[in-house]
Amino acid sequence: MEKAEPQRDANPREEIVEHLPALRAFALSLTRNGSAADDLVQDAIVKAWRNIDSYQVGTNMRAWLFTILRNTFYSDRRKAKREVQDSDGAFAATLSEKPSHDGRLAMADFERAFVQLNDEQREALILVGASGFSYEEAAETCGVAVGTIKSRVNRGRQRLSEILELDGDGTMELTDQETLAVVNAGMTVQRF
Amino acid sequence: MEIVDGSMAHENNKSRLEEQIDENLRRVYQQKLEEDVPDRFKELLEQLKEQDSHHGKS
Repeated sequence: MEKAEPQRDANPREEIVEHLPALRAFALSLTRNGSAADDLVQDAIVKAWRNIDSYQVGTNMRAWLFTILRNTFYSDRRKAKREVQDSDGAFAATLSEKPSHDGRLAMADFERAFVQLNDEQREALILVGASGFSYEEAAETCGVAVGTIKSRVNRGRQRLSEILELDGDGTMELTDQETLAVVNAGMTVQRF
Repeated sequence: MEIVDGSMAHENNKSRLEEQIDENLRRVYQQKLEEDVPDRFKELLEQLKEQDSHHGKS
């Protein structure tokens, strides 16, 4: 890490490429659609490139890029005024095999549940639960108070548990056909 | 266990649940992180770089 410093000081734009995988993962969690996610990443990169002056060298570039990406997402969303659908599957269908019964939650089920959360809960969970942001970093990225992020994370987890109807002993397993039907119905009926 | 209301057991379950949810979140995220970045992004960065050099400044 140390030896990369001089170049980074010279041009922080060189650092953008390192964050591409994370940007794509974050974008997918927002859009729930692979091609929309990559379009979003592309727009965010262009904005980041042109506004590199607003990046303070030495601060968290990933958080800065995530902020640009999510602002782009929400402003596109407002402009388009249309509901985003999970048309090509992305998170939901990448692993669409039947649920496993090994006592662990099947990824496909988890992903199907995840895409049913609202935008705010998804992004909070991805930032804090998956990408390792602190509550403070996530709050800054989303432009809200730390307490707000905490409650979004908690509500998101709670909602996931409800959707998956996780049982009390901590094993994540779809218990019966009825549950499965509810989860599947949720996927097809729900419009985001 | 003397606990009647089961609140401690409930807390344990809750945190175990959270761990499992976070573990799944990380797996979903990690899966995407490990994907190869499509060439279009590297090409885009190259293009941006080139545009800047044509304009004589960055």
